Amino acid sequence: MDARSEVQAVVREHRGWVLARLLRSVRDIDLAEDALQLALEAALVQWPRAGVPDHPRAWLVSAAKNRAIDELRRRTLHAEKEEEVAWLAELTGPVPGGAPDDAPIRDDMLRLVFTCCHPSLAEPSQVALTLHTIAGLETDEIARAFLVPPATMAQRLVRAKQKIQAARVPYAVPEANELPARRHAALGVVYLVFNEGYSATRGDALLRRDLCRVAIGLGRELVALMPDAAEVAGLLALMLLTDARSAARRTDAGELVLLEDQDRSAWDAAQLEEGIARTRHALTLQGVGPYALQAAIAAVHSEATRAEDTDWRQIVALYDELLRRAPTPVVALNRAVAVAMVDGPARGLVEMSALGSALDGYHLFHSARGALLERTGDHAASLDAYGRALALCQNEPEQRFLQRRIERVRARAPG
Amino acid sequence: MQYLLLIYESEAGRPDVKPEEMNAIIAEYGAFTASIKASGNYLGGEALAPVSTATTVRVRDGKPTMTDGPFAETKEQLGGYYLVEAKDLDEAVAIAARIPGARFGSVEVRPLMKFD
Repeated sequence: MDARSEVQAVVREHRGWVLARLLRSVRDIDLAEDALQLALEAALVQWPRAGVPDHPRAWLVSAAKNRAIDELRRRTLHAEKEEEVAWLAELTGPVPGGAPDDAPIRDDMLRLVFTCCHPSLAEPSQVALTLHTIAGLETDEIARAFLVPPATMAQRLVRAKQKIQAARVPYAVPEANELPARRHAALGVVYLVFNEGYSATRGDALLRRDLCRVAIGLGRELVALMPDAAEVAGLLALMLLTDARSAARRTDAGELVLLEDQDRSAWDAAQLEEGIARTRHALTLQGVGPYALQAAIAAVHSEATRAEDTDWRQIVALYDELLRRAPTPVVALNRAVAVAMVDGPARGLVEMSALGSALDGYHLFHSARGALLERTGDHAASLDAYGRALALCQNEPEQRFLQRRIERVRARAPG
Repeated sequence: MQYLLLIYESEAGRPDVKPEEMNAIIAEYGAFTASIKASGNYLGGEALAPVSTATTVRVRDGKPTMTDGPFAETKEQLGGYYLVEAKDLDEAVAIAARIPGARFGSVEVRPLMKFD
């Protein structure tokens, strides 16, 4: 890596943290971002020549702070704004150091996370703000990843920042009684970023892989910020385990491969190991919920070297727990699939029969039913279920997968 | 920071409300108003007469015109407001959630624009 790209990497790593620190005193996000941008540009000029300073974060905080002070001085010359003069006083005061394990700066980052994921902002705005201010993605990158015109994404960010400013969305860690719900909302934003990268098939494939990595990076930051919360650790574990299997999830031609048919040697063993360790740890923490339990289910799958070695009884037990905490038809459907692996397809179909009214418009319900009916040998009903799944499915690789299934059943069906 | 809390409720939505229930809600509003006065958040607040009494005025090409009724036909109508002082949006939202009307309709929390 040459000096400049090394500096760029350092700058990118610290950008969110420096912004978080600045926002403690500069409430105006635009002012803070402009000041930060100037500081980053100065770093890109000075560091390749003079070397990266020992405490790059502290250097950037102090450089950006000085630029913010300059700007505020310029503004207060024109109008005596009480608040800005107060900021100025606060800003010119001493700044705590910027070492990575510095507790005050960690609190700043946590505040920024909860501001970006504040429930008064629409979810797409929460996602855009989180990716922009915390993950440091450019507006264009976010727009491309979410298939939105850059101008739309830019406007979304501007509006969200204006609302934070004008409505005074607090830059604070929520009170203890609100913390679990607000933390859940923040985790939801990160998981949404991950799923956008993982599930969608449209758009730039490389960028989507990047989104998964960005989400995992955000997950790591949240774990560092909230090390004692089971769901925070659980979400990171879930993302690691899911992402570790992504190479085996598609053929070179882009066709979907089911978990049971995947080449398990193509899984990322080191990442699975980390995911499993983090799952175990998450389950020992307070507040185990849907993320930690889904991670535990993913961990059980990962521990089986062959599909037929999967401990389905344990998976059913975990789905029981999950269903108790998140009683949704989709969780019940997944549980029914696991039950079918333990007690046979007929039992799974009985479990599924109660879900028909809630999930009739969900293609995965019909494709799961079709698979169980295929196993019971009821070819006509299986074809019917696969057909309904195909009619509802919007995703091309999944459509091709269903077509292959239909052909397989037709080939087996007598007459 | 000042916020206007706009209380929207369907005027036709609760035709079966009994007089004693109505009195209970009025008493609840009284207690709520007293509590935000005591906490120092209260700056003002009134209930509005029904939308059937509303007149909307527009001036176009210098000529004022009047129409009977509110600006927009919506399911919920503006029925009253509070003007409060709060340290941030979280405090304003917490106050808004305690307004009895939030249980039947909705409360819009709008920061006041500052000119300086």
